[in-house]
Amino acid sequence: MDISTEAKPEAIELRGRKVVAGRAEGEALVTTETISGWGGINERTGTVIERRHEMRGVSFAGKILVFPGAKGSSGWSAYFHMTRLNGVQPAAMIFTRMTTKIALGAVVTRVPAITELDQDPLSVIETGDWVVVDADAGTVTVTKKSRR
Amino acid sequence: MNLTDHEKAMYDGEHGRAKARAMDLLVRYGEALGAERLVETNNVAGAFNASTPSVQAIAEKGMEHVYSELNLDSDEVVEVPHMVAHTCQLITGIDNDNWELQGVDKSLVDMQRANEKYLGRRGVNMFATCTPYQVGNVPVKGEHCAWMESSAVIYCNSVLGARTNVEGKESTGAAALTGRIPYWGFHITENRRGTHLVELDIDVDDMMDWGLLGYYIGEVIGEEIPVLKGTGRQPDLIKLKHFGAAAASSGGVEMYHIPGITPEADSIEEAFGGRSIKGTFRYGAKERRETYEKLQSSTDKKVDFIMLGCPHNSIDQMALIAHMLENKKIHSDVQLWVHTPRAIKQVAERNGYIDAIREAGGVVMSDTCPAISRRLPAGTKVIATDSAKQAHYLPAITGVQGWFGSVSDCVDAALTGQWNGRV
Repeated sequence: MDISTEAKPEAIELRGRKVVAGRAEGEALVTTETISGWGGINERTGTVIERRHEMRGVSFAGKILVFPGAKGSSGWSAYFHMTRLNGVQPAAMIFTRMTTKIALGAVVTRVPAITELDQDPLSVIETGDWVVVDADAGTVTVTKKSRR
Repeated sequence: MNLTDHEKAMYDGEHGRAKARAMDLLVRYGEALGAERLVETNNVAGAFNASTPSVQAIAEKGMEHVYSELNLDSDEVVEVPHMVAHTCQLITGIDNDNWELQGVDKSLVDMQRANEKYLGRRGVNMFATCTPYQVGNVPVKGEHCAWMESSAVIYCNSVLGARTNVEGKESTGAAALTGRIPYWGFHITENRRGTHLVELDIDVDDMMDWGLLGYYIGEVIGEEIPVLKGTGRQPDLIKLKHFGAAAASSGGVEMYHIPGITPEADSIEEAFGGRSIKGTFRYGAKERRETYEKLQSSTDKKVDFIMLGCPHNSIDQMALIAHMLENKKIHSDVQLWVHTPRAIKQVAERNGYIDAIREAGGVVMSDTCPAISRRLPAGTKVIATDSAKQAHYLPAITGVQGWFGSVSDCVDAALTGQWNGRV
């Protein structure tokens, strides 16, 4: 971190549509690859297990998960549902591609979720940025990690 | 979201707490999608079973806890009334007869049986297969359904012309109790038109060919809607079952058109419905070979487990395998499991197919499959399968090496213990 930076943290604001209500903040975990639920995550640890996935071995527990959306089996919602029951769900979801899997999955994970943002969250947000998701207001506020 | 008077009454609890909680989930889900309303459905295929260790802690409190939490996403525990929609159970994790071979703990078997008893009386029909369309649930063209299981969804939309999105455990649980599902995606006519053209330069004939074509299309097309041109010979249920399962595994294909064969388009023009074609792919000998290579995740020619029947075998597939194994013995180092729906197993038993497979040393499994149960014979390192879907998932889920090939390649491997398949 550059301590000589005088400017206060500059936040970037994105606007989008509420998928699941609520407000959450935390560190971003960003992947440009879609995630499988059944067969793609370990629901006890919140870790991506899919072979060849760029996030393999990484846990999304407590993170603001920024990703294109869901892929794979219809067990998607059931597996993210289990992450909530096991306390390893993400803090919020920001995604770009709407499907029944991600919609139902976000609903039953019961975390703030937002989509249809006016800028591409996958290029604006980087892993480690501090992100505030206010789904009711339809806003995502990003403080770059270089400014934190 | 706009609700009818009856839907509002259910939402407000006038028809009981279970329906109120079901409506609450459907409204939250519909609003998440951006749906404007719900649509009536009288055909639900879901996952209601309790057969995994993670469900056990909930099931011990009572089966209404399982349905409330896992099928309705409800913190309030509700009494579960009889289903209002025709409803069936898809594939489960436990074969009711062969659970010992699967290595399943008896307590899980007891839990599944208790759960089936609970659900059966409430109208959940225990098909216990990924292919409900093989055992009596054959929706008609235009019928609004709420189905899970990607290989069944693509068959329902494309081959039958019925309408469903890929639903989940919670949405099917709510749909079964209310007869409603969000009117979104594939329920809407305009969303069912083709987006991409796939031109075939080679004949696609046997089941393996259809599996390869499906796996290729899923990879290149993702979640779009392919229109196939030049498929040559008339495909049947077996081939389209494999094709769809493969396309839904490598990608997220939920609908396709084969003009003149599938019910919603007689011509290429009709398949696209006047829309412009977003992209064109050509499938020839090169693509076929590359796809075949992609599906092989093994280097070891010594095979110790053969998995046949994903999606679950039809009676004709059972007949073919029985014929190939007649008066033969599988290799002593190899285990062979053949999967078919329980209802078809009964016919196969009567026909003598089960005896032929058993006498050769094979096992006929129902209710489950290795990918769903995550259970393989102990010590399995290298598998061979005739299913592109199983070849895609099993190595990822269980860490084994996998070979993919034709039914005869797999039966040959069962008899010799060696993989000799080639494209």
